[in-house]
Amino acid sequence: MNKENFSFVGKSLDRVDAEIKAEGRALYGDDLDFPGMLYAAAVRSPRPRIRIKSIDDSAARKVEGYAGLVSYKDVRGINKWPVVLNDYPFLPQDEARFHGETVALVAASSRRAAKKAASLVKINFEELPFIEDPLKALEKDSVKIYGKDNVISSFIIKKGDAEKAFKDCDIVIEKEFRTNYQVHAYLETQTATAVPESGGEMTVYSSTQCPFYVLDAVAAACGLPNNKVKIIQSVTGGGFGGKEDVPALVAAHAALCALKFKRPVRLAYDRKEDFMSMSKRHPSWSRVKYGADKNGRIKACKVKYVLDAGAYSTLSPIVLWRGTVHAAGPYNIENIEIETYAAATNKVPCGAYRGFGQPQICFAQESLIDDLAEKLAMDPIDLRMKNMLKTGDRTATGQKIDDSCGLKELAEIVRKKSGWDKSKVQTNGDKRRALGFSCVYYGVGLGAKGRYLDRAGAFVNIYRDGSVQVNVGNTEMGQGALTVLSQIAAETLNAPMKNIKLSEVDTSKVPDSGPTVASRTTLMSGNAIIEACLPLRENIFSCAASMLKAGKNQIKAFGGFFYFGKRKVSFEEAVKECWAQRLKMSEQGWYVAPKTTFDIKDGQGDAYVIYSYSADIADVEVDIKTGEKTVHKIYAAYDVGRLINPKLAYAQAHGGILQGMGWAIMENLVIKDGIMRNPNFTDYVLPISTDVPEYDISFVEKLYKHGPYKAKGMGEVPLIGVAAAIRNAVKKACGVSLTEAPMLAEKTLKAVKEKK
Amino acid sequence: MKKFHLCCTVNGEKIEKEIDSSLRLIDFIRDDLNLKGTKEGCGEGECGACMVLLDGKAVNSCLMMAVQIHKKNLVTIEGIHKHKYGRELKDSFVKEAAVQCGFCTPGFIIAAQEILAKNPKASLDEIKEGLTGNLCRCTGYENIFKAVDKARKK
Repeated sequence: MNKENFSFVGKSLDRVDAEIKAEGRALYGDDLDFPGMLYAAAVRSPRPRIRIKSIDDSAARKVEGYAGLVSYKDVRGINKWPVVLNDYPFLPQDEARFHGETVALVAASSRRAAKKAASLVKINFEELPFIEDPLKALEKDSVKIYGKDNVISSFIIKKGDAEKAFKDCDIVIEKEFRTNYQVHAYLETQTATAVPESGGEMTVYSSTQCPFYVLDAVAAACGLPNNKVKIIQSVTGGGFGGKEDVPALVAAHAALCALKFKRPVRLAYDRKEDFMSMSKRHPSWSRVKYGADKNGRIKACKVKYVLDAGAYSTLSPIVLWRGTVHAAGPYNIENIEIETYAAATNKVPCGAYRGFGQPQICFAQESLIDDLAEKLAMDPIDLRMKNMLKTGDRTATGQKIDDSCGLKELAEIVRKKSGWDKSKVQTNGDKRRALGFSCVYYGVGLGAKGRYLDRAGAFVNIYRDGSVQVNVGNTEMGQGALTVLSQIAAETLNAPMKNIKLSEVDTSKVPDSGPTVASRTTLMSGNAIIEACLPLRENIFSCAASMLKAGKNQIKAFGGFFYFGKRKVSFEEAVKECWAQRLKMSEQGWYVAPKTTFDIKDGQGDAYVIYSYSADIADVEVDIKTGEKTVHKIYAAYDVGRLINPKLAYAQAHGGILQGMGWAIMENLVIKDGIMRNPNFTDYVLPISTDVPEYDISFVEKLYKHGPYKAKGMGEVPLIGVAAAIRNAVKKACGVSLTEAPMLAEKTLKAVKEKK
Repeated sequence: MKKFHLCCTVNGEKIEKEIDSSLRLIDFIRDDLNLKGTKEGCGEGECGACMVLLDGKAVNSCLMMAVQIHKKNLVTIEGIHKHKYGRELKDSFVKEAAVQCGFCTPGFIIAAQEILAKNPKASLDEIKEGLTGNLCRCTGYENIFKAVDKARKK
């Protein structure tokens, strides 16, 4: 498949950061100490919605080492955290809108003292009526907590005439689906350390995916210009979207404390408060309708999709938009009507979680496609194959699939590998075992809704000894960005991998490159690095050629050496010569994503620059006496363009699949009467080692012409289709059409009993 | 604050220290000994990121008090290379891409060290069983199993 003769790209190299992490030497947010550092702790709202009358810290003042209280009065800039719609105050003045919201902060000389002091601060409040159910929030006579209708954000897509088309369909199917929260459960909780500098500047060390969001928030809260704020990303212990927006709030809180007490301040969350107050995958409700002719050609699709946004908008508009664009599934359908809402409730604000807005609606529509196949008496893969997107087709937004689409091949691969065509339901006592299918398309990058952020910078500096410093604005959060981006730099410069040094992001060293989200980092920062490296490459190759007494086009470059006939020079020697000739050995790169469009009136346009694809088959066993499920195996195939590092791509697939499985059958966050009931790893059950299915992973590398070495995006696509594949396997195994995730054992058992 | 005179061995070195008797073991390790490789992921013994070896047994240091290691032998991730399998585990975690964000990795290596030290012939199922006290959100565990199995065979 890989015809080009690459030295570093396409190779399964070891992660550049694995060794220091395995030795325990990597310094995460809570591992950095500063002289005179204070510890902050949050004072949190005890109820779902309160009017704050006063905050009393008289008891806290008796705690040894207590430094003081920080409230809305201490916000120096405008008291609105800049995210998308800017409705979330850094610290609330009158009203706190969810259980666990930070109302004030305390600081003290030790972590224990700070926690103790926070527990002694008394919030005097009056309780206000609150809303828990997002569908009730949208009703006319509901309590209004957000604007005049509790709608944070809303989109439509209208293509053709769905209502009319349904009338001409032979078969129409419509169902409602629900999905619950998912907690990111990154192992490192939210952590920030703010260090006031002598000239009035503020440096913040932040565990974050998005240092430039942190920069905006800290500058806004402290009333400082951007050039007086520096954000340095500490080694980040997992993100998955959970360290996209909210680290900015945590960092701003730490910075407000540092500003007031003129000392470095650490704010590190414990697990419970991280659960209670940090972002989650949105719970969802949807009603999906498909209509088809008797041959299985899907003619129309209608979707109503509601996300439970929580008390503030944070990233809900972005999450909802992605869900909207992808709501009809990866199919060529002429008549589409989609309407979507993010509804405000008095609960923890939801944000981005791997796939952001897509997994929920994918669960619904990929389940319903399977039920449609049943009605048509067709094989579920055959039905999809008839309608699946291929080059030349148009998506729900009317975007022509014009480059790099391997979806049909992916479906064929998992179909063949799993033995789908010969598979039958296996019965063993009370156990029923079967296969289920799903497929996914995923718009890489921010797309039209976030296009103003879809640019990235890089700075590449080659030292005289041939070592190379690369600064980028996108982050390593565990996914492998440092390694993959190093490979891209090494390949473009023909420098040995060991010469390349990429570091965690420092906002003073690279321009705002947007967030590290939406599987965009390889594409955006990768291209920015190539832009920066190309002029340097020109200089180095020219010097190497003249040292080899050859023409520039006559030399061969490979693995950090340049060859002509039997002669060779090393990268380091060529760099030395460049410096001797006083050539420029540092460059900036700036990459801007190709144009995207989206007309807000009808939802038509080129929504994303390119799509990645996946097909999943789940092999699931259900115990019909208990409803318990064992996921034996997941067959998954992906088209993410060129694999820059196959080993790391497989590792991303494993992790994404298991998170998808956790969301599908185990993870169940409970909020009742506005109070979170299980904010801990004991009662919120995550997949552990003995839950792991066998992973059977394949890749089809459909090259993307604008991608760095023709790569697309990898991080999110493995999670999205897993829940629907499991659901469809359960349906085949025991004949129940589940409509809710997580598919907990007791609910499956109930469905099985009702069917009998 | 009640004081306690603690004597123990940490990563092969004898240590004597006056400590606050209400100090958690994890805080003693991270704050008093400045060994930052031991991580706090949940503070209630569910995630295993804070695992250390106490007389060869993997324990969650967030659930123990520092005084409980009196006259005992403590090994943290920083000292694991001195033990059979320690270096092999580190190398195989790197090679098998068993490390992603890395926050859980020290705890997994400690747990794996206990598994292999007790049973050098541990089967894949025994390895999986032995790692049930450690949470990883990034890797889907598969490469961790491979890494432990590879370290065993070295």
